[in-house]
Amino acid sequence: MLVLEDVHTHYGKIEALHGVSVEVKKGEIVSLIGANGAGKTTLLMTVCGNPQASSGRVILEGRDITREPTAQIMRSGIAIVPEGRRIFSGLTVEENLHMGGFFNTKGEIRKSQEHVYELFPRLKERENQRAGTMSGGEQQMLAIGRALMSKPNMIILDEPSLGLAPLVIKQIFEIIGHLREEGITVFLVEQNAHQALNLADRGYVLETGKIRLQDTGKNLLANPDVQNAYLGG
Amino acid sequence: MAAQNIKHALFCAVITLIISYPILGFNLEAQGINVTIVGANATTIMGVFLAALVVFVFQLFRDSIMGKLGNLSSLSSGTHKEPMAENKRVKIESWVLTGIVVLALFWPFFMSRGAVDLATLVLIYIMLALGLNVVVGLAGLLDLGYVAFYAVGAYTFALLSQYLGVSFWFALPIGALLAATFGLVLGFPVLRLRGDYLAIVTLGFGEIIRILLNNWTSLTGGPNGIGGIPDPTLFGMEFGRRVKGEGNTSFHETFNIAYSGEHKVIFLYLIALVLAVITALVIRRFMRMPVGRAWEALREDEIAARSLGLSRTAVKLSAFTIGAFFAGFAGTVFASKQGFISPESFVFLESAIILAIVVLGGMGSQIGVVLAAIAVTILPELAREFSEYRMLIFGAAMVLMMVWRPQGLMPMRRIHIELKKQE
Repeated sequence: MLVLEDVHTHYGKIEALHGVSVEVKKGEIVSLIGANGAGKTTLLMTVCGNPQASSGRVILEGRDITREPTAQIMRSGIAIVPEGRRIFSGLTVEENLHMGGFFNTKGEIRKSQEHVYELFPRLKERENQRAGTMSGGEQQMLAIGRALMSKPNMIILDEPSLGLAPLVIKQIFEIIGHLREEGITVFLVEQNAHQALNLADRGYVLETGKIRLQDTGKNLLANPDVQNAYLGG
Repeated sequence: MAAQNIKHALFCAVITLIISYPILGFNLEAQGINVTIVGANATTIMGVFLAALVVFVFQLFRDSIMGKLGNLSSLSSGTHKEPMAENKRVKIESWVLTGIVVLALFWPFFMSRGAVDLATLVLIYIMLALGLNVVVGLAGLLDLGYVAFYAVGAYTFALLSQYLGVSFWFALPIGALLAATFGLVLGFPVLRLRGDYLAIVTLGFGEIIRILLNNWTSLTGGPNGIGGIPDPTLFGMEFGRRVKGEGNTSFHETFNIAYSGEHKVIFLYLIALVLAVITALVIRRFMRMPVGRAWEALREDEIAARSLGLSRTAVKLSAFTIGAFFAGFAGTVFASKQGFISPESFVFLESAIILAIVVLGGMGSQIGVVLAAIAVTILPELAREFSEYRMLIFGAAMVLMMVWRPQGLMPMRRIHIELKKQE
């Protein structure tokens, strides 16, 4: 579904990714874990084409998207829940969702809106509320809902647990599990390694711009190195 | 706390003295060929010191005064009321607006020529402010050179009529489209810029256009401007005493009424009114369309908007272009109303005033912007009695406005429910 082949990414002269290869197969949940500054967000941004990879290839469903502009990539069946949620705080919940389905027809929007409300009944209650006035968990739900509005085949989540209460995190991860059942491929980037690996079919460990380890989620959880470095021993 | 208050109040009073004494306390008087400085009369100087005293007292008790005022407004404005049902509100709103427009249609026939002329100017500012509202209020792109597009519209008509004899009705769409093209052209280099940087570049663009008009003497007449711009015609009927254009007839002869200079003024007013209404309706439509929401989304969060597949280029350029289009509209009407234009009409102050209208009215709100345009244009006229102090009063009014209603006269309202504050 999504393949990164030996991707190098630069910010100006500084190389942030030193040849990263990642593969996400259809229907999988793949987690990418790593410490601060390891390049997790850079990797996602490279997939979105902002910044573009300086060498290597990014392939989405067999199509080379390495040099495509961001707007075009984001319209081809892939959706991202950006780090820190980034909802439109001045717009209402409903308007936020409609923005997610910007390139769909009205009928499709209505359908996916209903679907999102089924997943997150909380959002339905807050339909006409300004998004910025909701709690962090609700905003994260909205961010995920907004990403789902475009009916993506694949969804990328950047740190969905950031700054949320443990109970809410649990809820969010349940939803992510549910997305897989609907046939959506999930690429999850997390610092919260334990929960991310628990949920994932496979996982990658990114360290200073390189993939250090890759294995199934269970094996990574059991791996002593991972336990020491990311799971607090 | 008290000591600090006194210190602060003293400081403010001294500042008041420093600012106002040189301006009000001295007069320049011409004696023969020399200009001498004469101290103002005693009442003015008393006034200055009195003002300083008022500032001192106000600053001293500022907290309690502002606190009381705050209580008053929260009591009266009823901010915690449940919002009206949406369809009901929209219905009332549209009825009221239709009523106002109908009133505005018949109003000039009962008013003096000067008042109608002023109203035409107000309508031109309404068009400009509505256009800038798209760029600044909705798309959140701070444009300090908006007057450039206004100038493009005005000069397009002036030049076309001077060199090619094009009439108002032909020049109107051409001027607007040309202004829109300039908006597009300006849009490209500033796409990557945001906030302060964008403001500076647009400011520069506004100046470039003005300086170009000022110096391209062979084409634009430079600082001498262009005169003799024809008035608009009504289906080939002219409003002048004598018919100038070939094949045209004159309005008063066709309808067999006595010639009156007022006909032209009223006609121009009606054109401006119709165009202003069209501007408002078209932009209102845009706001409800996906592109309007895309503008707002880009303003709220650029990264999120891009993550949803919106193209930053397309959204920003569309805002710039549409904003500029209506400035071109306004410019054409302005050129026709004045009959003479020169680069002096398109200085930075104009941009600043239009921006002030948008901010005062409440960013993104159409009704607010219309109200603010009326207030900002008429206030200096009303304050004419105070002659040289009128800009002072204007400035003071703006400062007060921003202190009490920083969100603008009528901030943009979206239907939403607010949680009641817990007492």
